[in-house]
Amino acid sequence: MNLPAVLAIYRFEMARFWRTALQSIVAPVIATSLYFVVFGAAIGARMQTVDGIPYGAFIVPGLIMLSLLTQSVSNAAFGIYFPRFSGTVYELLSAPISPFEVVLGYVGAAATKSIFIGLVILATAALFVPLHIEHPFWMVAFLLLTAITFSLFGFVIGLWADGFEKLQLVPLLVVTPLTFLGGSFYSIEMLPPFWYAVSHANPVVYLVSGFRWAFFGKGDVAVGVSIAVTFGFLALCLGLVTWIFRTGYRLKS
Amino acid sequence: MPIVSIENLSKVYASGLHALKDVNLAISKGEIFALLGPNGAGKSTLINTVCGIVTPSSGTIRVGGHDNRSDYRAARRMIGLVPQELTTDAFEKVWDTVSFSRGLFGLRKDPAHIERVLKDLSLYEKRDNRIMQLSGGMKRRVLIAKALAHEPQVLFLDEPTAGVDVELRQDMWRLVRRLRDQGVTVILTTHYIEEAEEMADRVGVIRKGEIILVEDKVELMRKLGKKRLTLHLAEPVSALPDSLAGYDLQLGPDGREVVYTYDTKRERTGITGLLTALAGAGIGFTDLDTKQSSLEEIFVDLVRGSAGATP
Repeated sequence: MNLPAVLAIYRFEMARFWRTALQSIVAPVIATSLYFVVFGAAIGARMQTVDGIPYGAFIVPGLIMLSLLTQSVSNAAFGIYFPRFSGTVYELLSAPISPFEVVLGYVGAAATKSIFIGLVILATAALFVPLHIEHPFWMVAFLLLTAITFSLFGFVIGLWADGFEKLQLVPLLVVTPLTFLGGSFYSIEMLPPFWYAVSHANPVVYLVSGFRWAFFGKGDVAVGVSIAVTFGFLALCLGLVTWIFRTGYRLKS
Repeated sequence: MPIVSIENLSKVYASGLHALKDVNLAISKGEIFALLGPNGAGKSTLINTVCGIVTPSSGTIRVGGHDNRSDYRAARRMIGLVPQELTTDAFEKVWDTVSFSRGLFGLRKDPAHIERVLKDLSLYEKRDNRIMQLSGGMKRRVLIAKALAHEPQVLFLDEPTAGVDVELRQDMWRLVRRLRDQGVTVILTTHYIEEAEEMADRVGVIRKGEIILVEDKVELMRKLGKKRLTLHLAEPVSALPDSLAGYDLQLGPDGREVVYTYDTKRERTGITGLLTALAGAGIGFTDLDTKQSSLEEIFVDLVRGSAGATP
C-alpha cells in the first residue's frame, strides 16, 4: 500500500477545497438558509406538520441529502476530470500507485468535503429549527455511505466526461431532479397513487427516507430497504470503477 | 545488465496507428541516450510506454530488472518523467506541487531534498509562487523538479528544450550532466541534432515506429569528421586513370566532377598528393569546394529512408 501517495492526493484535493472555501462552504450555507426562508417560512406557515413532524424540521434530512449528493458527485467528478483535462494525469499514471489507491485518495477527499458540507448544513438548520436526532449512529452511517457511494459515482462521471458540459450534465440533469422528486421536501405518501408508485424507481427516495428515519424514526420506506438499496448502489459504483481501471477506459491508450 | 531493456515492443493504437514496431533497445546505467526522430515517429509513445502511461500491445519492458507491468511499483519508482507538454496545476504553489510528486512516489517528506532540487533549478526563490504566475521556461523547470522530487535513477526528458531560450537550454544541459555524474541514467528525445551532439553518449534514431539506428556518439562524430572535396573538372573524363587508384574517389555521372572523401582528423588529408597526381595525369579543374557532412545530414538521410548514411 502506497500510503504517502494516497495522502498526497487526499491533501492535494483538500487544499483545493479550502482554496475555494467561499464557493465550497459559504455557498451551501446561503443556499440552505434560502431553502429555510422559502420552504420553511413560506410553505411551513401553511403546512404545519408532515407525518407529525414540523415541516421546517421535516425538510432538514432532505436538504442535507440534496447537498450531499450534488457535492459528492461534482467534487469527485471535477477532482479526476481536471487532471485529465489539464494533462497532469500523466503523473498519476506514471507513479507507483494502484488504481485502488487513486480512488481512495480522490473519493476519500470528495466524501470528506461533502460530509463536511452536510454537517455545516445541519448546523445551519439547527439555527432555524429545533432538531432531535433519533438514531445518531444511523444518521452518521447514512451520511458516510451516501457520501462515499456518490463520490464514487462522481469519480465515474469524471472519467467518462470528455468535456465540461458532460461533467455538469449528470449532476444537473439527473442528480438534482431525482433529489427534488425523491421526497426531499415532501413525503412521497402525499403523491397521487401513480406517482407514488413511480417514485419507488427513484434511488434517492430510499436514501432520503433512510436518512429521515435516522432523524425522526419514520420514513417513507422500511429502513432495511433503504440500507439495502444504498449498499446496492455502492456495489454498482465499485464495480464500474473496477472495470474502468481494468480496461484503462478514458485513462490510457 | 541494462537499466532499461525493451524487447519486441509494439504498440497499435485503437485508431489503427502502428506507433511502435517491434522495438528493441537496451539502455546502460549512467548513460545519456538521445532518441532522435521527426514529429510523429513514436518518440513520445516509446517513452510513455516505458513510464506506464501507454499500454503496450506486445513486448516487455524492464526497468532495473523489474517488469513494468507485473512489478510496476518497483519499476516506476525508479523513473522520473518530464513530459513534453507544459502540463501543470495552475493554482498550486511550486513547493507544494513538487512535494506532491514526491508523495505520489511513496516517499516520506524530505524538505532538504526538495530545497536542493529547487535550488539546482533556480526555482527556490519562486517556491511560494503559484505556477500560473511563472513563465514558460520556469514552468518547464517546475516539471523537471517534479520529476526529480523522488530521486529517480532513470530520467526521461521528452523534448526538454523545445521552445526554451538559450540560457535555460544551457542550464538544462548542465543539469543533465550533473545528474549523470550522480549516476542517473538520462533518456531524452529531441529533434535538435545539436542537442544530441552536445549531450548524448549514444544516439538512437526512430522512424515510423522503428528504431533504425543506435550508435555511439563518438562513432557518429568519427563519421562526421569526414569531409568531401568536390573538384569541378575543366574537361569531362570517362574514367579515372590508374595513377589515382589509391584515393577514395568517385566520378560524377557526367564525368565533370570528382568527389574525394577524406578524414580531417588524420595527420595527412592527402589533398596535396591528390592535386599533384591530378596535374600529373593531365586533368585540370576549374573550381573546388569542400563540405562537411553533419549529424543532421545523416539524420535527414536516415529518416527519409535512403540506405546510405555515409558521408
